[in-house]
Amino acid sequence: MKDFIRIRGLSKKFGNFLAVDNVDLDIERGELFSILGGSGCGKTTLLRMLAGFELPTSGTIEIDGVDVTNQPPYERHVNMMFQSYAVFPHMTVEKNIGYGLRKERMPRPEIAKRVDEMLELVQLQELRSRKPDQLSGGQRQRVALARALIKQPKVLLLDEPLAALDKKLRERTQFELMNIQDELGITFVVVTHDQEEAMTLSSRIAVMDRGQFRQIGTPKEIYEFPSNRFVAEFIGTINTFRGHVAAKEEDSISVDSSEAGVTLTALGKQLVEEGQEIEIAIRPEKIFISKEKPDDGDAVCLPGVVDDLGYRGNRSLYRIRLESGKIVQVSSQNRRRSVTRFLEWDDRVWISWRPRSAVVLLD
Amino acid sequence: MNRQSRFIISVLAFGYAFLYIPLVLVIVYSFNDSSIATVWGGFSTRWYGELLRNDQILDAALLSLRIALTSATMATVLGTMAGLALARFRRFRGRTLFSGMITSPMVMPEVITGLSLLLLFVTLQQLTGWPGQRGFGTITIAHTTFSMAYVAIIVQSRLMAMDESLEEAAMDLGGHPLRVIFDITLPLIAPAMIAGWLLAFTLSLDDLVIASFVSGPGSSTLPMYIFSKVKLGVSPDINALATLIILFISIGVLLSWLVARRRV
Repeated sequence: MKDFIRIRGLSKKFGNFLAVDNVDLDIERGELFSILGGSGCGKTTLLRMLAGFELPTSGTIEIDGVDVTNQPPYERHVNMMFQSYAVFPHMTVEKNIGYGLRKERMPRPEIAKRVDEMLELVQLQELRSRKPDQLSGGQRQRVALARALIKQPKVLLLDEPLAALDKKLRERTQFELMNIQDELGITFVVVTHDQEEAMTLSSRIAVMDRGQFRQIGTPKEIYEFPSNRFVAEFIGTINTFRGHVAAKEEDSISVDSSEAGVTLTALGKQLVEEGQEIEIAIRPEKIFISKEKPDDGDAVCLPGVVDDLGYRGNRSLYRIRLESGKIVQVSSQNRRRSVTRFLEWDDRVWISWRPRSAVVLLD
Repeated sequence: MNRQSRFIISVLAFGYAFLYIPLVLVIVYSFNDSSIATVWGGFSTRWYGELLRNDQILDAALLSLRIALTSATMATVLGTMAGLALARFRRFRGRTLFSGMITSPMVMPEVITGLSLLLLFVTLQQLTGWPGQRGFGTITIAHTTFSMAYVAIIVQSRLMAMDESLEEAAMDLGGHPLRVIFDITLPLIAPAMIAGWLLAFTLSLDDLVIASFVSGPGSSTLPMYIFSKVKLGVSPDINALATLIILFISIGVLLSWLVARRRV
């Protein structure tokens, strides 16, 4: 299948600053694709180039087989939902939503019909004749969404769509966005700095740093198989152990790590050589914690002391100090209901994990 | 009422008294029957009658109004365009020069502005035969040049505070850039344009120095007329005229306040 959005060698320079650095990207039709990164990583610049507000310094953008690189925003079949929502303050909800169609010179009855459909989609029928200053943040967000969707764009761009909402509303809106996307089948490209938002919403995520993609994949791939240290640390928390490859076998490697104090085993065919310095990474929730040394021959087991602990309701967070002084973060589900703590400060414990839970990071 | 709030209220009263007692005195003395402006001689409205029979004053007032209306409108059009250029086009050749040139009439002494404009008009007349006679046209042009600076500043600051993504959103939805200015930008900066127009109108109505330089024989604006009369001593009909101007301006301010409140 031919890719719906094709970006090739795209760069954008502001003066001497390279905001987007020679980026290639393919997005399929109907995808909900997220570009995730910290502030200043170039994600918004990339989105603005897709919308046509910035002209690339070099490279091309193709949408549905048409080269749109130099098309102005008002000629692209791409619409955008702005971070500030940019709802026109001097127009009613209805007028706001219908603006795009009025610019197309669509007949009035047709516009009215489509506006009605959109109002129904975002459930704003009762507020149709209100002005934006009489709306809440969540309602303004819906107006912006309806306004961007009414032209039935090939691609909808969303710049931090949920950042301005409070936490509860954000969670609800996330699922609404997904439902609307599913219903309309329009390709969504979302820019966000919020990793949880990206994980929940997206079919695929591109993690961006300093103008380049560090990894592109499904949320699961990004989380469970980060391809480098930046991605591993940007998404969620992760513990890393630096060490040297001691032995390499058919489908596993052994790593000597002074930080861990033992030889660590990791599974999988790895493109490493003996003696190479690498890192073994393990997510906090993949680590088991116990008072006795676990009776499991394959597991990696390390002794330590509870340095700190935190109760989060659904789970508890532990910071375990190893003999080397290295702190390891462990997260465990609170499956049982109990008022007494399972562990106390300075308890001697064992932490352990299955070798295939660990990830090998090369850089 | 405690001590502190009594202090604050007396400071406030003193401040208002300082600002408004002179105006109140003018209004009171406009109803003075005596023909010596500074001596109270009982209540009368006869100076208002005198005023209406004084063609010179009425002509001057009419000229001032015509100049103020025309120059305020021209200044609003030009100043809005300048403000748009300054706020929305970040980089263009000569931007710094342009921005400096726009604001310079605000800091330039009026005497210098008046003198230089007079020289310009005289030279133009010698070279092209225009302006044949100085008066309404020259004063209007002069007032437009300095009051458009104020409009440009007001419009620019309003545009700076406005979310630029509003205009981008309109373009994104298929609005051609020129359409977007009329659909989005102008409606949103309308309050600033109205405020700028009112300021330009007031500045023009108020100006004595520049008008004195660029006006010709037989075309005196109201401030010029008042000033020339006061040189011969304050006459009571000037008080009556001042009272009418105060009334006129108060109504204007009230109206603009109502308009501004409804817009928001």
